[in-house]
Amino acid sequence: MQTQHRRWIAWALAGVLVISSGTALAQGAVAPEYRWLTFAVFAAIISLTMYVTYLAAKRVKTASDFYTAGGGITGLQNGWAIAGDYLSAASFLGIAGLISQYGYDGFMYSVGWLVAYITVLLVIAEPCRNIGRYTLPDILAYRNDPKAMRIVGALSVITVSTFYLTAQMVGGGVLVKTLIGIDYEVSVIAVGVLMLAYVLFGGMVATTWVQIIKAILLVIASLVLVVLVWLPYGFSLPAFLQDVVGDPKVQTRVASLLGDPARNMSAIELGQRFLEPGLYFKSPIDQVSLGMALVFGTAGLPHILMRFFTVPTAQQARKSVVWAMAIIGGFYVLTLFLGFGAAKHVGPAAIAAVDAGGNMAGPLLAQFLGGGPNSFLGNFMLAFVSAVAFATIVAVVAGLVLAAASAIAHDLYVGVYHGGDTVPPQQQVRAARIATVLVGALAITIGIAAKGQNVAHLVALAFAVAASANFPCVLLTLYWKRCSTGGIVAGMIVGTVLAVGLTLVSPNVTYPKTVKAAAQKVLDGEAAKRAAIEVALASADLHAAGQAKLDLALLDKAVQKANDDLVKFAGRETSFLGLEKPLFQLKNPGLVSIPLGFLAVLLGSLLFRDKRSEALWPEVYARQNTGILASKAASH
Amino acid sequence: MVSPPTIDWDAVIADPRFQELHRKKQTFLTTLMIISVVFYFLLPIGAAYFQDLYRVKVWGVINFGLLFALTQFIVAWGIAYFYSWRANRDFDRMARELAAHYEKKAG
Repeated sequence: MQTQHRRWIAWALAGVLVISSGTALAQGAVAPEYRWLTFAVFAAIISLTMYVTYLAAKRVKTASDFYTAGGGITGLQNGWAIAGDYLSAASFLGIAGLISQYGYDGFMYSVGWLVAYITVLLVIAEPCRNIGRYTLPDILAYRNDPKAMRIVGALSVITVSTFYLTAQMVGGGVLVKTLIGIDYEVSVIAVGVLMLAYVLFGGMVATTWVQIIKAILLVIASLVLVVLVWLPYGFSLPAFLQDVVGDPKVQTRVASLLGDPARNMSAIELGQRFLEPGLYFKSPIDQVSLGMALVFGTAGLPHILMRFFTVPTAQQARKSVVWAMAIIGGFYVLTLFLGFGAAKHVGPAAIAAVDAGGNMAGPLLAQFLGGGPNSFLGNFMLAFVSAVAFATIVAVVAGLVLAAASAIAHDLYVGVYHGGDTVPPQQQVRAARIATVLVGALAITIGIAAKGQNVAHLVALAFAVAASANFPCVLLTLYWKRCSTGGIVAGMIVGTVLAVGLTLVSPNVTYPKTVKAAAQKVLDGEAAKRAAIEVALASADLHAAGQAKLDLALLDKAVQKANDDLVKFAGRETSFLGLEKPLFQLKNPGLVSIPLGFLAVLLGSLLFRDKRSEALWPEVYARQNTGILASKAASH
Repeated sequence: MVSPPTIDWDAVIADPRFQELHRKKQTFLTTLMIISVVFYFLLPIGAAYFQDLYRVKVWGVINFGLLFALTQFIVAWGIAYFYSWRANRDFDRMARELAAHYEKKAG
């Protein structure tokens, strides 16, 4: 068995390296002559995580080992693993990018991702540890009808994880392509195969350690960059920001974001505006809605909830959240420097020229700080940050696949199909591994099928479903005596259907008529803009001319995109649901779907009383509060 | 789903010590939860409706808005620390006593 593991892991490793290096390389952020450096760093990180997986594979014997590392993870380790699970590429690269493009609003956005853990800490982590076992449906099934709970619970886990997974696979594929220029499909397959190797052989043990390693690398990389950015200012925050807002690249960016109103503003005022709200978020109600999805959704994310079953006691669960909050919050404070540093040194326009979403802010900053695109150190640092970004995607995907696979194997196969724990341990582990392969293959397929789709809003949708369905159900089954099977079924269905349904008719979906109108506007304004840029190009002011060059590149890109859009949507007037414009105006459904999710659990419970749910209430309530028999939870 | 029949759960939740633990925890958690949620939503709502306040420069170019956002981190960490300090000091001890008592009684 062990040699077989070793052989498979070696094959997977070799496969990924061959696929990555042997593929046709297109242009990426890393210059071709330095690409070997990126692969060397990639290979080092992959080898380290594979070695850990090899060690872990020896320890995975039972279902409990596979799903929860046998409950043998410490609070500190779990804190790092939660951070590694949570800090996806979207927050690692995305938030730094948002700050580099929009200043203050990007930083404000990061706050909700941390505050979310207060909910996890105060009401979810410890009770779940005290009564739970492997999965989210386990908690629901404790006092309510087990079969019904496992079916609705597993469906919700699979829904949330698939949304999140799709965003990670597509985002990861694009990212690896942008960074090192390997094909999108190859990137997706590489991410999928590596992740499968970790989860399949090492289960939760390997997944945990991959997440820990990745979180440590991420923090080290960020710390190094922040020290390099901040050191020249003697670690003074005002001096650093003074320099950021005084930078002409930043001021030009603000001017172009503001448009006409910027004409009457001085350069200093424009720079200062970068530190003020409103450049990105235009609608406060949208922001509150998104904030609600984050703050209540994190506590309902299956892959995060699952992490609390890996520690032995409620105290350790508490300790993990406190550590996770220190690491995650500290990381977001560091991104403040990464984002503003990238805006100052690289420039918002130059970052957007590589990736319109600003995702390349961190990597490009690393390259600059190391000495620029033609230096060895600059490319080494870019390679290191790129490899960390890759490890980030793989680690997050591993956690998601494990969560979805456990819902299929533990809840649907063992719980529903076999009606309980009569399945022998070895068969349970085999079922878990088969489910892992299925979910992994699904992730790769979706990743390739969704190529070129805008999937960024899927992460927000995953949070919205978790907040509207999972969170009310878990919270009320833990804290409300009258909560019943009917209430949970109603809450799961109403929460999920509303969150998904409202998103399908929201501004997140493409409305060809609006897109075409916007494209036409770009084309109509092209001539005037081009004339203005020509003037600036001819200017004697070197800086203005340099900026004009970037503006020209951006304009060309915008025109290209506008023309593409007109071709792509020719003859189409409505969204795939037949709408010309959004029916529901909020980008995130949370504000509506979360209260209605709660309402559904309340009404469902009051309408359909359940004797078993109420009879087991004293047991659930006593156990979640005191941890009586928690050490024996594995045998209940 | 077999629950160990030996523990009288109704007796546990009727136990005055459990009632006390429950009451203390409930009040403490609800208060902290409300404070943290209200404080968090002040940030985006303030950013939308009190832009003039957010613009006021406090420390060099650093304005009120930036300091307020940084304060969010301090407050979140503070609440986490405060809760875990209180739980480690009071709640854990009370829970352990109850668990020891009833697990022993159950044999």
